[in-house]
Amino acid sequence: MSNKQTLVVIGNGMVGQNFLENLMASDIKSNYNVVTFCEEPLVAYDRVHLSEYFAGKSAADLSLVEDGFFETNDITIHMSDKAVSIDRQNKTVTSDKGIVIDYDKIVLATGSTAFIPPIPGNDRDYCIPYRTIADLDDMMAAAKDSKVGTVVGGGLLGLEAAKALRDLNLDTHVVQFAPRLMEAQLDDGGADLLKSKIEDLGVGVLTSKNTIKIVDGDTCKHKMVFADGTEHETDMILYSAGIRPRYEIAADCGLEIAERGGVVIDNQCLTTDADIYAIGECASWNNLVYGLVAPGYAMARAVVSHLAGEEAEFAGADMSTKLKLNGVDVASIGDPHASTPGSLVYTYQNGVDGIYKRIVVSNDNKLLLGAVLVGDASGYPTLHQYFSNEIELPEHPDSLILPSRSDESVGLGPDALPASAQICSCYEVTKGEIVNAIEGGCCTLASVKDATKASTACGGCAALLKSVVDCEFEKAGMEVNTDICEHFAYTRQDLYNFILVEEIKSFSDLISKHGSGKGCEICKQAVGSILASQWNDYVLEKEHVGLQDTNDTFLANIQKDGTYSVVPRMTGGEVTPEGLIAIGQIAKKYGLYTKVTGGQRVDLFGARVDQLPPIWQELIDAGFESGHAYGKSLRTVKSCVGSTWCRFGVDDSVGLAVELENRYKGLRSPHKIKFAVSGCTRECAEAQSKDIGVIAVEGGWSLYVCGNGGMKPRHADLFATNLDKETLIKYIDRVLTFYVRTADRLQRTSVWMENMEGGLDYLKSVVIDDKLELCDELESQMQHVVDTYQCEWKTTIGDESKLKRFRHFVNSDKHDENIVFVEERGQIRPANIEERKLLKAENA
Amino acid sequence: MANWLDVCSIDDLQPNSGVCALVAEQQVAIFYMPEDNAVYAINNYDPFSDINVLSRGLIGDIKGEAMVASPIYKQHFNLKTGVCFEDETVKIDAYEIRINNERVEVKI
Repeated sequence: MSNKQTLVVIGNGMVGQNFLENLMASDIKSNYNVVTFCEEPLVAYDRVHLSEYFAGKSAADLSLVEDGFFETNDITIHMSDKAVSIDRQNKTVTSDKGIVIDYDKIVLATGSTAFIPPIPGNDRDYCIPYRTIADLDDMMAAAKDSKVGTVVGGGLLGLEAAKALRDLNLDTHVVQFAPRLMEAQLDDGGADLLKSKIEDLGVGVLTSKNTIKIVDGDTCKHKMVFADGTEHETDMILYSAGIRPRYEIAADCGLEIAERGGVVIDNQCLTTDADIYAIGECASWNNLVYGLVAPGYAMARAVVSHLAGEEAEFAGADMSTKLKLNGVDVASIGDPHASTPGSLVYTYQNGVDGIYKRIVVSNDNKLLLGAVLVGDASGYPTLHQYFSNEIELPEHPDSLILPSRSDESVGLGPDALPASAQICSCYEVTKGEIVNAIEGGCCTLASVKDATKASTACGGCAALLKSVVDCEFEKAGMEVNTDICEHFAYTRQDLYNFILVEEIKSFSDLISKHGSGKGCEICKQAVGSILASQWNDYVLEKEHVGLQDTNDTFLANIQKDGTYSVVPRMTGGEVTPEGLIAIGQIAKKYGLYTKVTGGQRVDLFGARVDQLPPIWQELIDAGFESGHAYGKSLRTVKSCVGSTWCRFGVDDSVGLAVELENRYKGLRSPHKIKFAVSGCTRECAEAQSKDIGVIAVEGGWSLYVCGNGGMKPRHADLFATNLDKETLIKYIDRVLTFYVRTADRLQRTSVWMENMEGGLDYLKSVVIDDKLELCDELESQMQHVVDTYQCEWKTTIGDESKLKRFRHFVNSDKHDENIVFVEERGQIRPANIEERKLLKAENA
Repeated sequence: MANWLDVCSIDDLQPNSGVCALVAEQQVAIFYMPEDNAVYAINNYDPFSDINVLSRGLIGDIKGEAMVASPIYKQHFNLKTGVCFEDETVKIDAYEIRINNERVEVKI
């Protein structure tokens, strides 16, 4: 202990956290006791994707800190406390709450604050910076009683903020001091096009506006008064006009501060005190404060290297960026303003399709110095590789931005990139490291991301990473066999198409036409499911019964002792007292264990096969029907109590849940499907963890798709909002049928979505824009399933020939002696193997 | 000495599926593949889950060998020999079976 030095990291933002991660991954971590201060009540979170908070991501989703990170690494973190002073003489740091720490080294990562123009009225109500998660909560509260919202600042973050306001259904405006949007990254041509595209989306853009004061409004809460005498009325204001480094603590202890703000650092990121480093947005390097995360990460790495005694240094950072702003592709590389002497410029402008591209090249036409892309940023990965790896340009550099009218591609194929080519600039992952990860055993894109961290920060390199990974997989001969099993050399989707197009109605027909052998449990269940989804015949029909696994055969869920559990449907989790009493009486009569499920219904365990029909006869007599808990099919539509009872409820969630469950009950699908409906955004039904989630909002329903709890939780994606019920049901019909048709076997919607080329946008284009001209068909298929619904238990009870199956022995009325129960907490449970032996011996 | 014992009628079998019969106090899983006119009999006890359920597994073939997949943890057993495909050291009893005048007979 005694030979360890104390390292204090002041600030747990994105860069502070990145520094800690780098330090913990290095050999020198054991040299330090690490202490860090986090002023906010939340540990480091992803500020780059802040606006996703409005699209349903939670604070936890945005967190950058793995569970247990501080504990595992023995880092002391002081939450909701900030360092307020540094005593360089006595080498101590003092916090707001009075904690005093003796330090050996300090890393300042205090970040920045949103710049708030110093004008009268800037602190009026509903005038909020756009910077922290707490700001977002303030913003949502303010938006509730605002009609018009205005963002001050037309840079990257400002336009993101405008998107957030628009998502909150406000009449949205952007006020920009400079004459163009994104002045740092774009030239006039690119900025003009971006402006008109953003205006097309219904966001007002005011440029060259110098706000001089904010006063009471006439039609809105506030009036912004500009230097040119014009005015703008708005109910709320978001400040996103750039950042100001936070360096008070550094200034107070006498460290040198740059003229334009920021703690002065050298190439090792050292301040004017050799024991104090500064990284990220609080630091000024070469008179430059970087407002992007990648340079901060590069500084963090430089400090770890310096502490380790290596010679690495921070040598400035690539400010290139690519993003989608309000659906508009925008990218900027290097020096887009052609400020390098002698540089040459090529521009392509297509007013019809709204595309602007400009590249800046060296005066010998050999090197790319900068680029601006608006409207179509697909060329970014290639251009960025030319730029960052200083690859010699083709003979006619303009071919890189001119539309390719032939099939000939001018892009740099992933194979052409050198091993040193940087693929992910946030984590500085090279192509070589990706290749190493694949050679080291990573065989999926996800595992490559896990191993290298590539594409896990800003995500801008996702497409490039995928193409590199695909190319390497192909070269390694890792062609993934997608055959469903040895009996069919096809995917589930192929089999679906055969059944659909050739109107195949049975497994024997399909295997004789397209397969070989007798089949197995894999293909039989998959085909059984497809036949049920497409034609919706009774699953116990003679030609189908052999395709069902035991749960579907006995219309109940097999348990570890060979008994079954029984789940009657309770649509929306609603049940009458009479219904509950009936279930209780039946459970009591047959000695069943009862438990309430996560899907808001009651599960009855411990039924022998021969007991299933009489149990169901009584359940049906009491008005229940099959809950399909045994099938890969719609399970439940969970709901909160909604506006009928709840004082916060916005709409009738139970009513909608009952309607949805009744519509989709019995739908067989590649895997189970769960729904939930919440009556307001408090989200008590947890709809965002379901395959289909619906949340009541003012003005309609929001639809979320492809969420999952379970083994690999996934937050559902916001698919559409403000829907009336009719449109909502149409969309759900289409999404579900498309899923049923195209997913792999046993693939939940969450994984289906993760693997879908084009992802959410593609699914929207199919379901909302009808890109495949398939919507009518998808809806009518669903309608067929709805119209042919039957309670499988009712059908089975009424058919003597089917009931024959429900006994343990075909030639005896005896029961399976192996099924034995013992009592626990007042109910039965299966005896374990020792208890079974014991009981057997006692009875003998 | 093993004898042929009458078990049930062929109509009691489930085409392309299984049933369980009680034969000389043994639980016997009987599977029927009518296209091949084939019947198979193995013990109903699944050694991986320690319960009597193999008659409720899905049947088919692995590389031409008739098999049943346990409904519990999905191990596969050869219907002719009772040998487990995943672990050849595990073998359950397989019985001779025949159809005689529309009656199913097992030799135990």
